Amino acid sequence: MMVLLLLILLLAAFLGIELIHRIPSQLHTPLMSGTNAISGITIVGAIACMAIEAPAAGVLAPVAIFAAAINVVGGYVVTHRMLQMFRSSKDRANRSDA
Amino acid sequence: MTHVVNAPDILLIIACAAFIVGLKRMARKDSAPRGNIISAAGMVAAVAGVLWQHHTTMALTLALIAAGSVVGVMFALRVRMTAMPELIALFNGLGGLASLCVGFVALLPEAALSPITRALSATSVIVGGVTFTGSIVAYAKLAGKINTSASVFPFQLTISAAVLALALASGAWAVVSDADQQIASVVLVVASLVLGVLAVARIGGGNMPVVVSLLNSLSGVAAAVAGTAIASPALMIAGTLVGASGLMLTRVMCKSMNRSLSKVLFAGFGAVSASGREGDTSRTISPINASDAFLLLEAARSVIVVPGYGMAVAKAQHAVHELSELLQANGTDVRFVIHPVAGRMPGHMNVLLAEAGVNYDLLSEPADVNDSMGLVDVALVIGANDVVNPDARNDPASPLYGMPVVNVDLAKAAIVLKRSMAPGFAGVDNALFTSPNTRMLFGDAKASIVTIVEQFAS
Repeated sequence: MMVLLLLILLLAAFLGIELIHRIPSQLHTPLMSGTNAISGITIVGAIACMAIEAPAAGVLAPVAIFAAAINVVGGYVVTHRMLQMFRSSKDRANRSDA
Repeated sequence: MTHVVNAPDILLIIACAAFIVGLKRMARKDSAPRGNIISAAGMVAAVAGVLWQHHTTMALTLALIAAGSVVGVMFALRVRMTAMPELIALFNGLGGLASLCVGFVALLPEAALSPITRALSATSVIVGGVTFTGSIVAYAKLAGKINTSASVFPFQLTISAAVLALALASGAWAVVSDADQQIASVVLVVASLVLGVLAVARIGGGNMPVVVSLLNSLSGVAAAVAGTAIASPALMIAGTLVGASGLMLTRVMCKSMNRSLSKVLFAGFGAVSASGREGDTSRTISPINASDAFLLLEAARSVIVVPGYGMAVAKAQHAVHELSELLQANGTDVRFVIHPVAGRMPGHMNVLLAEAGVNYDLLSEPADVNDSMGLVDVALVIGANDVVNPDARNDPASPLYGMPVVNVDLAKAAIVLKRSMAPGFAGVDNALFTSPNTRMLFGDAKASIVTIVEQFAS
């Protein structure tokens, strides 16, 4: 079981490197804020932690969900905002023509 | 894990596929907006999948998600582009906090996990804790709430090493001892939080792009470790994707400043040294006023603009855009040359110029322009310093030696907009300022550019 999990980690690591290989530097910030939002996937773990019945879990799981939700939603929205600005003026002209 | 594939599992698989496709599309300009939306849809699927499995606490969970979403959207819509680095650091810290909490809960005896997975939970607390406080310190530095330079004090590395050892020891203690689990976990959390502060406090100024992208990577690693602890492949895959891509970006940043990661993390580079402050007074600088700068620019046929952190501080990006449009209307060829580590986070200058409405196609990287620098009539340097320092090329004794820079000293003329003669964040002298081709335009960058723009208008 553990071996399987470690293999998943290995494959995902290589995939992550390959996917953003040769990304233009113009996209560095959106990439960062976009991946930042993905790292909020911890929210899935936090939701699962709600099932554990212990006083500490009763406090920390909700805190984690709240914090991760800010991370996820804020991250995606701000990335979207940035990418909308990244259209060249050519794109803008095309849009206003349409 | 069950042997039957049920609906929630399928949702989590869809989520992972969406993250992969989304990330791939994020790497290209045309497809990036859709990539981000695909990735967001993946997140919705992942949350739906796990909610399906844990529906007993659904109401509270949904309420918490809704509350967090409202706060997140408010931040995201209100932030000014100049404040983007600190917002990203803040979001990043919250992700770290969440991983810390998940790790802590998984360590509890009530979670009833095996020793190996509890060890992973302890690791998740450490990585999450370092990400959390490290990002908060980075946030405070970027937002100017605390001194932005590196703060170095005696035995700092020794203390950091001791705190790390304490974190590891208390983590191990929490794993093996049920009786002392609570106290050990608390020590673990505190040590991890302190470690994050110590680690980021000694990094400052121009090294911030490296730190921001490294913390971004760490938040992914934290999620991946937490995911391994609770055997959630979705967490592991998404977290590792972020960790790996963040590490790649960190490497790009390090290469762009010709500094190894360990040097950035441990050398305390960027601390203000008293000796480096006094420049060589035998060399002279040639100041220029805005009217003469206007004359130079008006006569130029080819202009490059090299922005730096100073443009962000002066919030001059809109004025710069206006100037570039006037120059173009005047028949001048205008390009923006952006060094990968200009500013305080990767891509910082691109975001500011995009906000101001600068055409994406006008932006180029140093390598595209350096070869033909001799054909450039005027290089307009706006608040950039270390990334245009010719000593990086010429002076083996310079701390910047070997760093790829924009060779503006090879242009026919350079106009440098600067507040004063203070050195850059590296505290290093800049031979560009005393070069015979260089004219210094002192004062607030925005005010100077606005004056030049007014001259164009009249």
